[in-house]
Amino acid sequence: MARMKFLCDEERCIECNACVTACKNEHEVPWGVNRRRVVTMDDGLPGEKSISVACMHCTDAPCQAVCPVDCFYTTDDGVVLHDKDLCIGCGYCLYACPFGAPQYPQEGAFGARGKMDKCTFCAGGPEEDHSHEELEKYGRNRLAEGKLPLCAEMCSTKSLLAGDGDMVSDIFRNRVIRREGVANTWGWNTAYKD
Amino acid sequence: MSTTSTLSRRKKMMAWTGLVMLMAIFLLPMTGYISTGFVTAAEEQVREQQTNPRSDYWRLVRNNTEGYSAVTGLEANELIQGSGQVWRQLRNGPIATYGSWLIGFTLAVLAVFYMWHGNIKMTHPRTGQTIERWTLNERRMHWLTAGLFVILGITGLSLFYGRLVLIPIFGHNGFSAYAEIAKWTHNILGPAFMVALLSMIVTWFKSNLLNKVDMEWFKAFGGMIGDKHPSAEKLNGGEKMWYWALATMGVALCLTGLVLDFPNFDQEREIIQVSHLIHVVTALILIAFAFGHIYIGTIGTEGALEGMVTGHVDTAWAEQHHDLWAKSVIKKESDSH
Repeated sequence: MARMKFLCDEERCIECNACVTACKNEHEVPWGVNRRRVVTMDDGLPGEKSISVACMHCTDAPCQAVCPVDCFYTTDDGVVLHDKDLCIGCGYCLYACPFGAPQYPQEGAFGARGKMDKCTFCAGGPEEDHSHEELEKYGRNRLAEGKLPLCAEMCSTKSLLAGDGDMVSDIFRNRVIRREGVANTWGWNTAYKD
Repeated sequence: MSTTSTLSRRKKMMAWTGLVMLMAIFLLPMTGYISTGFVTAAEEQVREQQTNPRSDYWRLVRNNTEGYSAVTGLEANELIQGSGQVWRQLRNGPIATYGSWLIGFTLAVLAVFYMWHGNIKMTHPRTGQTIERWTLNERRMHWLTAGLFVILGITGLSLFYGRLVLIPIFGHNGFSAYAEIAKWTHNILGPAFMVALLSMIVTWFKSNLLNKVDMEWFKAFGGMIGDKHPSAEKLNGGEKMWYWALATMGVALCLTGLVLDFPNFDQEREIIQVSHLIHVVTALILIAFAFGHIYIGTIGTEGALEGMVTGHVDTAWAEQHHDLWAKSVIKKESDSH
């Protein structure tokens, strides 16, 4: 069984934000919600580097561990998904997440949180595949169509890789060997245990 | 040669040898510089610039350094925040475990105490005469705070332990529906509780200052052990303890609650995490305290609830439990007549 992983190669990311835009368009996420973002360190300085980050679909997911209503589940592909019908918008998953992945549409006064929204690895949610409800709540289910996440598919420099962890590793390892550099699998030690 | 001169020469030799050894200790490790020469500050700087840029980048990320992100949003320009894991482990680990022990232990102690002592009866028959203990406004304030405390306690505990205790009973859908209501109830009534609690803290501040009488009361364990009932003013040592627990932990509970309740002020996650931990810990301690308070005020002591319900207590009860206060009130009344 595949274990889906994201990997962003910071030697290749040019901070074009195409992944962010593609994701937002593909899933029609609400205003103010971005499932993916690009962060640049040392912006404008020598050694500037960028990383595209979204939910990393952790093995021992902190969001899953702290959710008071237990609305998260991990699919057979290692994708961490959640049930918006159960979510109460408490914000705990945001407190626990190392990557700042959970997003909340504002609902009501004083910044009260609505139901959480996050990257689904383009794998939809608990609703029936390709159903209208799934599209409304979680966006497109590209995995069920046999496709990989759009952010990575769109990436012009192929910095952002998404797919089976072993294949992603192979591609990256080949790159590193050609580069004669040191491997820097961004976020893997934090996100993955297997 | 005389023996004395030999001895002094030996001493001199020893002193010299010691000095040479000491010098060697300091100088020998520096012989490395013979081959390398001393490193100048400029050379050090060159060496610093030679760090691995990927490591530098990773270090910035791990230190929660703020970068730039075209996506605007709170803390969107940080890649990793490590404190969330600490929060998770403290909340799900020791706090959840010891919190349940604390509440379970408190309930067990109260149950054992009830089996041992039962309802503490009045030692003298009722006189039929009553004196005012709580005014109408004080009682309104008490019951408002108490009611809110109970609702907030139940909804709060549901969010903390519900996944463990209530999901197996109600199922995911049933519990989620309740938890949604619980969250809103908790968030809306929280600030109201704060107002009620603060008014109570202000109103009863003077009568809760600790003094010598309370020290004696504590020494006698409030009369729980032995037959003698220690002296007490309007409020005994235990009640004052409860007051000060609320005046300190209760205030911390309210303030941290505000941090959690209003995300619109853009407070960052680290502040929220710390607030949440303080909120849960103080809440659990106060809930344990409240069990004790409710027990003593209801089934634990005959006649105690009357004071907070009707506002008046029998003089026999007052003299038994709050002798100094009873005396002063009765004296005041007889003086005014």
